[in-house]
Amino acid sequence: GRMAAAVLLLLQLLLAAGPAPGRADAGQERRDALREELLLSPLPTGDVAATFQFRTRWDADLQRGAVSHYRLFPKALGRLVAALGVRELHLALTQGFWRTRYWGQPPLQAPAGAELWVWFQPTVTDVDKAWKELSNILSGIFCASLNFIDSTNTVIPTASFKPLGLANGTDHHLLRYAVLPREVVCTENLTPWKKLLPCGSKAGLAVLLKAERLFHSSYHSQAVHIRPICRDASCLAMSWELRQTLTVVFDFFSSGQGKKDWSLFKMFSRTLTDTCPLASQSKVYVDISPKNKEKELLEVSPPPTSVHEAVVQGEKKTYAVYDLLSPSLFNTSRSLNVQLKWKRPQDSSEMPIPTLHAQRYVAGYGLQTGQICTLIYNTHPYRAFPVILLETVPWYLRLYVHTLTIITKGKENKPSYIHYQPAQDRRRPHLLEMLIQLPANSVTKITIQFERALLKWTEYPPDPNHGFYVGSSVLSALVPSVTAMKDTDVEQSPLFTSLFPSSDGSSYFVRLYTEPLLVNLPTPDFSMPYNVICLTCTVVAVCYGSFYNLLTRTFHVEEPSRGGLAKRLANIIRKFRGVPPL
Amino acid sequence: MAAPFVLVVLAAVTVRAALYRSSLANFIAERVEVASPLNAWKRVVEGLALLDLGVSPYSGDIFHETPLIIYLFHFLIEYAELVFMITDVLTAVALYLAIQDFNKVVFKKQKLLIELDKYAPDVAELIQTPMEMHYIPLKVALFYLLNPYTVMSCVAKSTCAINNSVIAFFILATIKGSAFLSAVFLALATYQSLYPLTLFAPALLYLLQRQFIPIKLKSKSFWLYTMQYASLYLCSLVVIICLSFFLLNSWDFIPSVYGFILSVPDLTPNIGLFWYFFAEMFEHFSLFFVCVFQINVFFYTIPLAIKLKEHPMFFMFVQLAIISIFKSYPTVGDIALYMAFLPVWSHLYRFLRNIFILSCVLIFCSFLFPVLWHLWIYAGSANSNFYYAITLTFNIGQILLVSDYFYAFLRREYYLTHGLHLTRQDGTEAMLVLK
Repeated sequence: GRMAAAVLLLLQLLLAAGPAPGRADAGQERRDALREELLLSPLPTGDVAATFQFRTRWDADLQRGAVSHYRLFPKALGRLVAALGVRELHLALTQGFWRTRYWGQPPLQAPAGAELWVWFQPTVTDVDKAWKELSNILSGIFCASLNFIDSTNTVIPTASFKPLGLANGTDHHLLRYAVLPREVVCTENLTPWKKLLPCGSKAGLAVLLKAERLFHSSYHSQAVHIRPICRDASCLAMSWELRQTLTVVFDFFSSGQGKKDWSLFKMFSRTLTDTCPLASQSKVYVDISPKNKEKELLEVSPPPTSVHEAVVQGEKKTYAVYDLLSPSLFNTSRSLNVQLKWKRPQDSSEMPIPTLHAQRYVAGYGLQTGQICTLIYNTHPYRAFPVILLETVPWYLRLYVHTLTIITKGKENKPSYIHYQPAQDRRRPHLLEMLIQLPANSVTKITIQFERALLKWTEYPPDPNHGFYVGSSVLSALVPSVTAMKDTDVEQSPLFTSLFPSSDGSSYFVRLYTEPLLVNLPTPDFSMPYNVICLTCTVVAVCYGSFYNLLTRTFHVEEPSRGGLAKRLANIIRKFRGVPPL
Repeated sequence: MAAPFVLVVLAAVTVRAALYRSSLANFIAERVEVASPLNAWKRVVEGLALLDLGVSPYSGDIFHETPLIIYLFHFLIEYAELVFMITDVLTAVALYLAIQDFNKVVFKKQKLLIELDKYAPDVAELIQTPMEMHYIPLKVALFYLLNPYTVMSCVAKSTCAINNSVIAFFILATIKGSAFLSAVFLALATYQSLYPLTLFAPALLYLLQRQFIPIKLKSKSFWLYTMQYASLYLCSLVVIICLSFFLLNSWDFIPSVYGFILSVPDLTPNIGLFWYFFAEMFEHFSLFFVCVFQINVFFYTIPLAIKLKEHPMFFMFVQLAIISIFKSYPTVGDIALYMAFLPVWSHLYRFLRNIFILSCVLIFCSFLFPVLWHLWIYAGSANSNFYYAITLTFNIGQILLVSDYFYAFLRREYYLTHGLHLTRQDGTEAMLVLK
């Protein structure tokens, strides 16, 4: 009675005296939390995809006030965000290509190479300068050649890449997007990425990240996403969220050695031993969704701590959950090795086709012209939806926008929004953004012709006949869901369901990337600079010489000359021989 | 004379119409020898498409035509083929009328010089007669209309044809003696491709000669007329540029057109000397050599004006040839224009030294251009050096052709004043040397 009331009052007082948001108090600790999760999803072709997500949420305001005490949030990234006025940062380093047609919609796809897109705060006055500094600093942090990002591969999209976090007002001049398709990802990019994790690679899920297994895969993508989010459902205050995601697809044939049974040890050559003490949540999800409403295909061992059902990407899916923080998991053995066994052989006709997938290729022959063709498939039986296509083409492939044709089902399909920014030689690339309506159950073919430029000999990369890369084009769409999604609390649902904000449950947001292209350009002969200069100057000199002679000399009747020394000597010799003189 | 001319025009129009309907039209339009980044039809269509999209055509680096071309083709895009055929015919008509008048002037001047006893007594065979000059205008029109270079340029719908037409009208206006029209057409030609600026000197010399104003630096009437002509020219140029500003309400076209012509950023292969030179140039010297090569075009004007001040038409011909050879993005359409004038100097044939070799060189190179392009770009069995070599040879051929005609002209002038049969002091047959 009175005791309870007193305890309640005490609790209320304690809560009221807690840190108020917005008070820059040096001694106060900002609350930060780490959640980590691993999602294992077997793919229709027999491969298995593993997606790691490490999410640090920090209830601090990096913009206002000097924050000096970093706990879980890495200091390098925190200072970067504060110093350069970054509102959102998304960096992805990818090796390989996600085959949407065969593997299904990706949870989070990234284009081959390096991709960086950043929203700056409205307070930043010189966005280009901040962008240049940012790419150089990130290049140092991640040991990637992001310093090659300059105006020739940066674009300002107007419709794609809307902010994924909190945003008030979206002036697209604060957005910058660049992709480096030639960038290679290797161990020296993984190491600094792992170092940003609060537990490093010593405890928790990150112990599985061993480079020799991760790079022996079909697809490896590591990303860093920083964005502001609502602190709670009422959204009165803001927190910063740092997500580090790593997606790897292990190839069935090369890694699986012919057997389709997977285990953590087989994939990563390690097992989970303990949890990261700094993590507030640490879970492993295994996708055991039944296909076609039949019995399950998979059997997982050891038995999961719980089973979770969620609507992910418009479909109902079932997950076996292993909660690493639950004491019962590490009771029997010190290590957790999740094993997946196929209960019955998978029928190839069961392979589901994703609702939206795309393909891109270069057509044409020779080194003068070519054509970029993009095919976008909408396999939904009765729903049509629009898709935004963003193409960034380097300046040395001169696009002709009057040759742009979009054909769907044999008829021309006019885009409802088209934004084209032509390239300027050696200064900026082409930017083409279109909003195209995809009718149900159709294939849309988009073709555009280009001309290949001859560059100066110093502008070719080493091995010029390898070709030049054209970055992947980006397709952003709200795909209609099969199952409507219920609005659940973001904090309670798994991380892999909450990256993209969903306005309503009837459709889900997906961002797809097409293949990068490799295009050959005509090359000059690199061994010839001196020869060419000499020969061309010779031709100019021939003209100059002929004209000089004709302009400065006049015609004269030839005077008989006494003969030079040579003639006189010749005449002396002829006199000796008895021959008439010259 | 009208009937044969009409026949020639009909034949030319038929050939062009036939080619337009054939599959060769696309092939010719893609050829780099015929279409350069400055005057390709594909780029005109692209510029108009950009304008339809709401983007300024000059915001990218695709479109390098002047705003007046946008004005012209905005309304005439449907009839493009007809426009180019009519342009060619108009050029031929202008050249025909111009050379007809020029022949009259030449004949009058010859008569005057004979009466003044300026010619040596034994040069009767060198004097041009009205009989042999009768067919020259027709030959000029024929040389222009049926020249394969012109036909290809027309079928490719290269705007070089429009430039040639403007220059032809400028020559017609100059020969007719109208300073105002001459200045206007010269301003239009300069506005479109900058290099016709050098044609100011021969036109001025011709007009001064026509007005019987002596070309002496101390003469007041000389300076007065020069100032008049120069101010007419500059005013028309300024008016045209200001009109262009009002099309898109921006000065963007100036760096896009003139900056592009002068700084040569686009290294697409063509028949000129610039592309490979700057593709292989050390970065450090790039600006220096761009300046050198551009000065090279304008540089011959003053010396030629001093040497050829009595013969402004020949000066015009040599100047046109120099522009066509040394401009930053030459095409065969530019060559066709100065080659159209060769019949006017057909009386120099006996003094030409290398005409056979040079015509062979030019013909063989014209055939080798597409072959080596195909080998480099499509077959992959040759490299850029092969095409570059043909470029060099072709340009040397053209240069030697022009200097051969120049030599022949100067030699004929010498013979006219000193007699055909030259003897030395001891009475033996003499040789003529250039010292």
